[in-house]
Amino acid sequence: MRVELNGVPTDVDTETVAGLVGGLTSAERGVAVAVNGEVVPRSQWHRALCTGDRVEVLTASQGG
Amino acid sequence: MALPPLVEPATELTVDEVRRYSRHLIIPDVAMDGQKRLKNARVLCVGAGGLGSPALMYLAAAGVGTLGIIDFDVVDESNLQRQIIHGQSDIGRPKAESAAASVREINPLVEVVIHNEVLTNDNVMDVFSGYDLIIDGTDNFATRYMVNDAAVLLGKPYVWGSIYRFDGQASVFWAEQGPCYRCLYPEPPPPGMVPSCAEGGVLGVLCASIGSIQVTEAIKLLTGTGEPLVGRLMVYDALEMSYRTVKVKKDPDCALCGENPTVTGLIDYDDFCGAVSEEASAAVQGSTITASELKEWLDAGKDIDLIDVREPAEYEIVRIPGSRLLPKGDIVSGAALSELPTDRQAVFYCKAGVRSAEALAAAKAAGLSNAVHVQGGVLAWINQVDPSLPTY
Ligand SMILES: [Zn+2]
Repeated sequence: MRVELNGVPTDVDTETVAGLVGGLTSAERGVAVAVNGEVVPRSQWHRALCTGDRVEVLTASQGG
Repeated sequence: MALPPLVEPATELTVDEVRRYSRHLIIPDVAMDGQKRLKNARVLCVGAGGLGSPALMYLAAAGVGTLGIIDFDVVDESNLQRQIIHGQSDIGRPKAESAAASVREINPLVEVVIHNEVLTNDNVMDVFSGYDLIIDGTDNFATRYMVNDAAVLLGKPYVWGSIYRFDGQASVFWAEQGPCYRCLYPEPPPPGMVPSCAEGGVLGVLCASIGSIQVTEAIKLLTGTGEPLVGRLMVYDALEMSYRTVKVKKDPDCALCGENPTVTGLIDYDDFCGAVSEEASAAVQGSTITASELKEWLDAGKDIDLIDVREPAEYEIVRIPGSRLLPKGDIVSGAALSELPTDRQAVFYCKAGVRSAEALAAAKAAGLSNAVHVQGGVLAWINQVDPSLPTY
């Protein structure tokens, strides 16, 4: 399925937010994912993605 | 969703205050009422560093009546590239005191409260309880989660911001009105995964981009003006020059502010954020040398392979003589395992000893049983062996 991942059209072979994150990074910790402009809480990561979804993967940073 | 003002207005403004704040007073949405609320407001800035600098300076100029500053650190030369509340003559001075002096110079009408101490589980509830709103300008995950949890437990809003290289994020976390930090990021990244500003760098002016958003949101909350950044995350990309917001909802499963919380008081934040991973803390047992010991080894001509596991830019700034570069990421990922020595003893070092511990764990797992790492990294080398080298 093709989604827009951080602004870039990308083919992903997963159905869920969790699967997409798992394919990007070995660590789920410290990562937030927004789908179509809204952050999906960690407890909802089993949620299905749809073709054309705008997905943004955000990383926590500690600097201040 | 507009929110009511956080603070009641002061009874009046003096003639001096009317003159000073006239450009606020003639904005209909601030006006006399809003400025009186600012005068009555008590705001605490956690950290007088990169974000704390612009935050404190603009809050002072804006006429926030009481400004608390908590920081235990002293001003270092490497802070001055971005921490503009401090100056050359402040090097070596406690940051809280230096920042307080700048605030008084900007606006003598502000009452400054100096907390020249480390924020810990023992004092955080007490310190926070004296303020209407908290601004988070800290530089590590452990303190960030502590600030969040204390603010949620006390029912206080806090304006959060974080920065790294060219990227910044900001939001207002207020569990009574929306999500908290844990709703967005339930846990910190694994230790060593996300570098700090000291390890990865930060564009100095990024502090102003994010700090100014924090001040704007603080003023809006205190005066009840506009749409607060509650339930939204601001994401700033300086390279693209884009600001955009994404919505953040309360997570019903949030460990702290969710429906069935498992965190009901302060926790051990160092443990939660894991200063080093379990593998690394196990690996360093009996396999750690001091910088002075390394010097003795080198002077004695011991046949070792001294490996710097930092990033190339750091290696260019300062290094231990005789070392070669092999970044930690490549060792841990396995990409550089073939470049590890098979015939000589490996000695790893980084800036302060965390990354080298991770590299050591990976090297030992790959069979380098006699490998060691240098406690305190290149900073300890400079401190104990060669103070003429630059620190960063
Ligand atoms: Zn929460």
